[in-house]
Amino acid sequence: MSDIEITEASEVSPGADDVPLLEIRDVTKMFGSVISLSDISTTVRAGQVTCVLGDNGAGKSTFIKILSGVYQPDRGDVLMDGEPVRFSSPREALDAGVATVFQDLAVVPLMAVWRNFFLGSEPTKGWGPFRRFDAETAKKITRAEMADMGIDIRDLDQPVGTLSGGERQSVAIARAVHFGARLLILDEPTSALGVKQAGTVLKYIVQARDKGLGVIFITHNPHHAYPVGDRFLLLKRGKSLGDFAKSEISLAELTRLMAGGAELEQLAHELEREGDKSETSALGRELLDDTKTLG
Amino acid sequence: MTATAARADERIADVGVLRRLLVKPEFGALIGAVVIFVFFSIQSDVFRSPAGVANWLDGASTVGLMAVPVAMLMIGGHFDLSAGVQIGTAGLATGIMTTYWGLNVYASLVASLLLMLAIGFVNGYLVTRTGLPSFIITLGMFLGLQGINLGVTKQVTNTVQVSNLDLVPGYHLLKNILGSTVSVAGKPFQIAILWWVLFTALGSWALLKTRFGNWIFATGGDPNASKNVGVPTNRTTIALFMLTSAMAWFVGNTQIVRFGTIQAQVGIGQELIFIVAAVIGGCLLTGGYGSAIGASVGALIFGMTQQGIVYANWNSDWFKLFVGAMLLLAVLANQFVRRFAEQSRR
Ligand SMILES: Nc1ncnc2c1ncn2[C@@H]1O[C@H](COP(=O)(O)OP(=O)(O)OP(=O)(O)O)[C@@H](O)[C@H]1O
Ligand SMILES: [Mg+2]
Repeated sequence: MSDIEITEASEVSPGADDVPLLEIRDVTKMFGSVISLSDISTTVRAGQVTCVLGDNGAGKSTFIKILSGVYQPDRGDVLMDGEPVRFSSPREALDAGVATVFQDLAVVPLMAVWRNFFLGSEPTKGWGPFRRFDAETAKKITRAEMADMGIDIRDLDQPVGTLSGGERQSVAIARAVHFGARLLILDEPTSALGVKQAGTVLKYIVQARDKGLGVIFITHNPHHAYPVGDRFLLLKRGKSLGDFAKSEISLAELTRLMAGGAELEQLAHELEREGDKSETSALGRELLDDTKTLG
Repeated sequence: MTATAARADERIADVGVLRRLLVKPEFGALIGAVVIFVFFSIQSDVFRSPAGVANWLDGASTVGLMAVPVAMLMIGGHFDLSAGVQIGTAGLATGIMTTYWGLNVYASLVASLLLMLAIGFVNGYLVTRTGLPSFIITLGMFLGLQGINLGVTKQVTNTVQVSNLDLVPGYHLLKNILGSTVSVAGKPFQIAILWWVLFTALGSWALLKTRFGNWIFATGGDPNASKNVGVPTNRTTIALFMLTSAMAWFVGNTQIVRFGTIQAQVGIGQELIFIVAAVIGGCLLTGGYGSAIGASVGALIFGMTQQGIVYANWNSDWFKLFVGAMLLLAVLANQFVRRFAEQSRR
């Protein structure tokens, strides 16, 4: 509460007069001589969604890996509840209530769905030398959480590697949603998902937000980002193109800043024109619909 | 929703029991063990007599005791090429401390256990710290300990063995625990067989029912993913190496207690046998898959073949050829079984 300046400096939407859940100040990360991120700042508030957008290789995954304890920043600070934190491992971040859906999902392909779900956070029963993995509880919760995502898992003992790409992604998302107590980070969680499941993920993001969690959402799709986001951090080649509150930027601007909205719209039309019989027409229509309803 | 559920049920029923069996890593080895048992039983009456069974179970237990932690380590993604020579180190250490330095036998046991745990820790620490393949790190440990075993033994005893443990006070209690026999059907069965069964059960329980077991599979399956979801992968790896060394301590001391004497080069070459047992038992060389029971069944196959060849009056010079062939067969069978199991899922 002593950091009044921080609250003012972060110039967030009205009503948010408390200390932000997470504040990132001038974070820089280098891999050898490669500067992967340079001087990135943004804020994540409890009950709000911060979207991180940018091209391939812009540094989005590097950015969230700093917040989830995989990497440590070379310069800059991360503040949680106004206090500087430095997660030296993903375990520490998890213990602080930060759960992440990594882009590579961080699942072990040969292990059963329920084992993956609770990996690293296994519930136990019994005590002393008889303490053991509470498989019944784990299976029950896994089934329930997956069903909530709209995924009907045939067999919980099935190795995750034999699930479809989208099912696998759903496992990782359901897991993060289950364990994320304060901050939920999703790195391109909808990349392999069907329209319905992608919608479910967006719904989840909104639910987590409404429960008072902070959410960081990485996506290439501004049409997914804009409806749920409260703040938008745009990255390009490791640098920040800007960190906007929703009131400061429109979907059109956001899209243009990302890849050029005009190009995208033209692409949508091209796709629709090309094949009436092909699946691409559906995609094109969907894109167009998106632009119309949201833009 | 109900429609989906009904369809889902059908999809499971397709594969059902067969897949559930096939998907167990030890399934192939179990079939193999039955085949080999039947085969040698037909070849020789002695093989299936109580005396014969006691004999090959004894041989299997010496391999099997070590095969269990070696399999767990392999599931965790690593090899320990020093697992065999460590048996010698443990036995020699206890032997020298008691017979030459006059230390109390229990103090010696504790001291040699600490020594072995330290060796396991060094193995694990170097592997996790350097990120080098455990194959190389433990090869170094293997050669180093081989030199130490011989060098120290010669230095202290002027021979290449440590003997007379049976003259040390307190020896007889130990002999009862580690080196006695239990009479079954009028024939003496080594008590080590019981220990083997017990440790196999414990290993299997740890792998399948505890969170440490979950971490072992995860660390071997995908160390990076495991780390990212908060699994202490380095600690798991170090613990597995220490577990292997602790078992080497148990086996080494069982040998010196049982025979009262131990050779300096004991255990050399055994490390590969343990790995063979684990692989025959269904462990994936790349980690993340396998079973403790499978490794013990692999050891059983090894023990049965070793003695079976003798009972069948074959030339035992050819024994290793059988082991080699079985290893290849097991790897191929496991691969086939796994593919089949995974395909039948779709
Ligand atoms: N461990 C690493 N070592 C060296 N360079 C790295 C490492 N991780 C990332 N980089 C580099 O940092 C840059 C940013 O990578 P990052 O994965 O953060 O991109 P991204 O924005 O997530 O891209 P995408 O949209 O494709 O997922 C890339 O140029 C990449 O090559
Ligand atoms: Mg990325």
